[in-house]
Amino acid sequence: MTAGQLPRWVDYGLMPALNVAAAFLVSGLVVLLIGENPVEAVKVLVWGSLGRNEGIGFTLFYATNFIFTGLAVAIAFHAGLFNIGGEGQAYLGGLGVALACLALDRYVPWWVTLPFAVLGAAAFGAAWAFIPAILQAKRGSHVVITTIMFNFIAASLMVYLLVNLLSKRGSMQPETRTFESGGRLPLLQDVLPGTDFGSAPVNFSFLLALAACLLVWIVVWRTRLGYEIRTFGANPVAAVYAGISPLRITVVTMLMSGGLAGMMAINEIMGSQHRLLIEFVSGYGFVGIAVALMGRAHPVGIVFAAVLFGMLYQGGAELAFEMPTITRDMIVVIQGLVILFAGALEHMFRPALLRIFGVLAARPAPAA
Amino acid sequence: MFETLIFVLDSTARLSTPLLLAALAGLYSERSGIFDIGLEGKMLGAAFAAGTAAALSGSAWTGLGAGILVSVALALVHGFACITNRGNQIVSGVAINFLAMGLTALLGQAWFGQGGRTPSVTGDARFGDVTWPFAAELRDVPVIGGLYSELLSGHNILVYAAFLAVPFSWWVLYRTRFGLRLRAVGENPGAVDTAGISVTWLRYRAVICTGILCGFAGTYLSIGQSASFIANMTAGKGFIALAALIFAKWKPVPVMFACLLFGFLDAVAIRLQGQQVPGIGEVPVQAIQALPYILTVVLLAGFIGKAVPPRAGGTAYVKERS
Amino acid sequence: MSDQLAIELVGVDKRFGQVHANKDIHLKVRKGSIHGIVGENGAGKSTLMSILYGFYHADSGEIRVDGKPVSIPSSQAAIALGIGMVHQHFMLVENFTVLENVILGAEGGALLAGGVSRARAELKRLAADYDLKVDPDALIEDLPVGLQQRVEILKALFRSADILILDEPTGVLTPAEADHLFRILRVLRDEGKTVLLITHKLREIMAVTDEVSVMRRGEIVATRQTSKTSMGELAELMVGRRVLLEVEKGPPQPGRPVLTVENLTVRDTRGVDVVRNVSLEVRAGEIVGIAGVSGNGQSELLEAIAGIRAVTSGIVTVDGTRVDLARAGTDPAAMRGLGLAHVPEDRHRMGLVTRFPECENAILGYHRDPTYGRGPFLDFDRIRNAAKTEIEKYDIRPADCMLKTANFSGGNQQKIVLAREIERDPVILLVGQPTRGVDIGAIEFIHKRIVALRDAGKGVLLVSVELDEIRALADRVLVMFDGQVVGERAPETAESELGLLMAGASGQEAAE
Repeated sequence: MTAGQLPRWVDYGLMPALNVAAAFLVSGLVVLLIGENPVEAVKVLVWGSLGRNEGIGFTLFYATNFIFTGLAVAIAFHAGLFNIGGEGQAYLGGLGVALACLALDRYVPWWVTLPFAVLGAAAFGAAWAFIPAILQAKRGSHVVITTIMFNFIAASLMVYLLVNLLSKRGSMQPETRTFESGGRLPLLQDVLPGTDFGSAPVNFSFLLALAACLLVWIVVWRTRLGYEIRTFGANPVAAVYAGISPLRITVVTMLMSGGLAGMMAINEIMGSQHRLLIEFVSGYGFVGIAVALMGRAHPVGIVFAAVLFGMLYQGGAELAFEMPTITRDMIVVIQGLVILFAGALEHMFRPALLRIFGVLAARPAPAA
Repeated sequence: MFETLIFVLDSTARLSTPLLLAALAGLYSERSGIFDIGLEGKMLGAAFAAGTAAALSGSAWTGLGAGILVSVALALVHGFACITNRGNQIVSGVAINFLAMGLTALLGQAWFGQGGRTPSVTGDARFGDVTWPFAAELRDVPVIGGLYSELLSGHNILVYAAFLAVPFSWWVLYRTRFGLRLRAVGENPGAVDTAGISVTWLRYRAVICTGILCGFAGTYLSIGQSASFIANMTAGKGFIALAALIFAKWKPVPVMFACLLFGFLDAVAIRLQGQQVPGIGEVPVQAIQALPYILTVVLLAGFIGKAVPPRAGGTAYVKERS
Repeated sequence: MSDQLAIELVGVDKRFGQVHANKDIHLKVRKGSIHGIVGENGAGKSTLMSILYGFYHADSGEIRVDGKPVSIPSSQAAIALGIGMVHQHFMLVENFTVLENVILGAEGGALLAGGVSRARAELKRLAADYDLKVDPDALIEDLPVGLQQRVEILKALFRSADILILDEPTGVLTPAEADHLFRILRVLRDEGKTVLLITHKLREIMAVTDEVSVMRRGEIVATRQTSKTSMGELAELMVGRRVLLEVEKGPPQPGRPVLTVENLTVRDTRGVDVVRNVSLEVRAGEIVGIAGVSGNGQSELLEAIAGIRAVTSGIVTVDGTRVDLARAGTDPAAMRGLGLAHVPEDRHRMGLVTRFPECENAILGYHRDPTYGRGPFLDFDRIRNAAKTEIEKYDIRPADCMLKTANFSGGNQQKIVLAREIERDPVILLVGQPTRGVDIGAIEFIHKRIVALRDAGKGVLLVSVELDEIRALADRVLVMFDGQVVGERAPETAESELGLLMAGASGQEAAE
């Protein structure tokens, strides 16, 4: 039983840190490969994302998206499910937000619209996750493949809706009309006195994202439902023994996951774009996978990981300006490397660490 | 009407080719028990490498070699993660897709500065169309002329390679020792192990096959169908190929028909763009584009037949500890 | 039978971490004989055979095949030495044909065509020589298990194996199929092959082997000529004279029935009836023990009563409430609600989420209980306090309810499960293998707890493969064999008689 075990701090601290370090080390090598200085690049990146108020504002704006999509992936992880459909669920969530805003923005202030927008985002996102969930629970079709398919179906559906039904009359642009003030969230600097983020679009949804973190934490670790989710994810046989229904947990968890992914649209649509437009999700749903893996599926870790990826997105833009050879595609590379090292290769360092700590542990043994 | 049909079928062949190569690629890996949702990434990496190497060397064949090399390298990363480190196959596939998407765009811009494109190539640096004998002479013969000169003749060599890869893959899978073992290891690796065959090495060979065929697929995109690499030019083709593979229940000949169907839908969608169809009005192109995915979901749900994946797929092999 | 040895093991030793699976094994198997290896589950038989087949490597010791010292680093090496193995779980590719399965790994060339036609001819010959007829073009998944096993034997013979190892070959066979298998084994022996038969069924040993070695707790404790031993002697050797477990308990005072089971039948996924028409009754204030060699349906019986496993038929009455299990479907929560508690046989797989801290396991299955929080919420202060109380009462060590459950020893893990189920004050407790993998000190404690529960007027249904444990704890003993209850005895009944019943002898045979 004791063989093959590492101290807790190694398992939960050192090994994830090593994995992320490896990802960034390889990223540095990529920068070297295209003939730039990685140290300089990091300096530009950090300055660009944290050096000025506006940079911080953009960092937090992006982080808001990633918190939502990261939580979506994470809560599914807890039930042993892999939801790759965050992209499509967020896209549909945008539809829910837009419908609420278009219906109400001319008549009521934003804080009246907001609950309806949140409901719309969560409901549409959840609905898009429901079919894959029920198909896995009832018919055994794997949720990974079906959610991928649903991403593409969502893309086609939204193009159709935007082109044919939702676009402004007389316009060729596949987007809705711009919302009036009742469909726009206030900027964070207008809500929190004393803050100034320049022209950055970080808005009220950032607070919503933090609230979602707290909510997810409560649900997962403080409710009976969360207990059932974690039990099912960790040991499905024990879950059945304990009288937990696999069908119910699969569906409920996927609904929450899809709802959280859909909430991302609040930030983009109601907080920044103020209209529903084509491809506004632009890969943020997928970033959630990296964020959840890096944050070890815990809300606190997810906030940190989301801010880090926010820095990459904002600092990356700055970097592309200062060092034109390092385009924003660098972020996608880093994202891929984080998923690879923190996800697929998460146990790569385990044998080496076991040997090291095995030797350390064995040393005092003869005396004992 | 007949001309339109020939035209649509001709584009079907062209549009099916990358799907077919990628789906057959996925067949090798998945039949060995390694799920691969990273077909998209490997194709993209190969397309970029082929575009770059062809532009630099002036030879399409060098381009193909480079495409295969890069694709196999990515496949080996997948193998290292999933076979050697027993990592999650889905997570690894996702990682490879992003890695390829980011690296190709990044390096393309850094090396060529054309917004992620590689320089356009012509002549020997592309796979040109092959004209069959007497194609010009037969062109005006009714029916046969159209079929022979337009549909069969006049594609580049990779198109023919793709369709020849179907019987070849069938032969490998069902008529060779390697194929027998490959199919066995995807169903019951324990049976392979106890027969004295290395599961690890067998699965590595399978992912290498996947890499090679994805190399062809990517090369076709950048220097067969087009004249250069364009950032993210796969645009989801790797996932359609995956859908086709599932739709075809992981069998080579049905894979061809699935890819032809999906390619045909694509060709029709392009043809119908903005056109009025008598009696129906304007057909929503998006509905046709989404059809492959919808069909795959319906199939997975077991409403039309049942897609049973290789039994050992998705899980790393661990020797039982009695 | 000759004096030449086909296999000789000298001082073979194997550990898995803390578990000493094989201790200093010395074994001689004569050429051209059928040699049985008998022992209870977990005695180390399978590990030993896996070492012979190159699946595991011995930590020390020597293996000799045909008198020559050899090393068997892989299955390939074993095959090359003429060793073939029929695994307990068949190593067959289900959607392949018989022929494809047979040639897998011995294709005879890069292309299949030549090898296939040669194999077809060879199969024909083997079928004729050994009475092993199978349609070479049939798919494995369409064949009954008996024929599937025949394919496994053909696989070994096709690789010209001279030594054939069969691991629990009759576990999945009907008696008729088993008899046919034994005929085949005798033919093989007469043709000069050596057969190693691993089983826990004494009757088979008596029926077919020439010599038999008994394994117990990783050691070979005896080797006998089959003709010069008896089932009784083997049963005793197998079970062993262990430290006598003294449990202080007064006479039972049975009250009203708290658990009644009527005509319970369970069919498993292979379509085999693993529990057949079992009826039993447990009264308040008594412990009913179910004895039996593992794999005879006891596990499935417990799981079915607990509402975890689907049944084909059966009615269970808990404390006066009748539940038609076939109609109600699986609903363990409902059974718990009736006052039924369940300590499952396999605590790692079913009874615990080893990744959770101790306190979270202390509420598994009772997490909907209003005492642990209000409405949808869990109150972790209360959960921790309850867990701490249980830790103290059951002397669970280390006394840290936040420690990950995987880091507790087997005995303490079992106490966690036991505390959880007993402290709920159930009407009836189902308990499977309460002391498997548990140290001596904890065994005593656990036994005392179970008796205390009985004395508090509760019913206990105990399943154990440890006969000593059954005899020490139970007030009545039911013996299960092949899915059926084959007899009821008092716990004072002679061990050998119970052992014979467990081995499938009829009641009369056993009493003699």
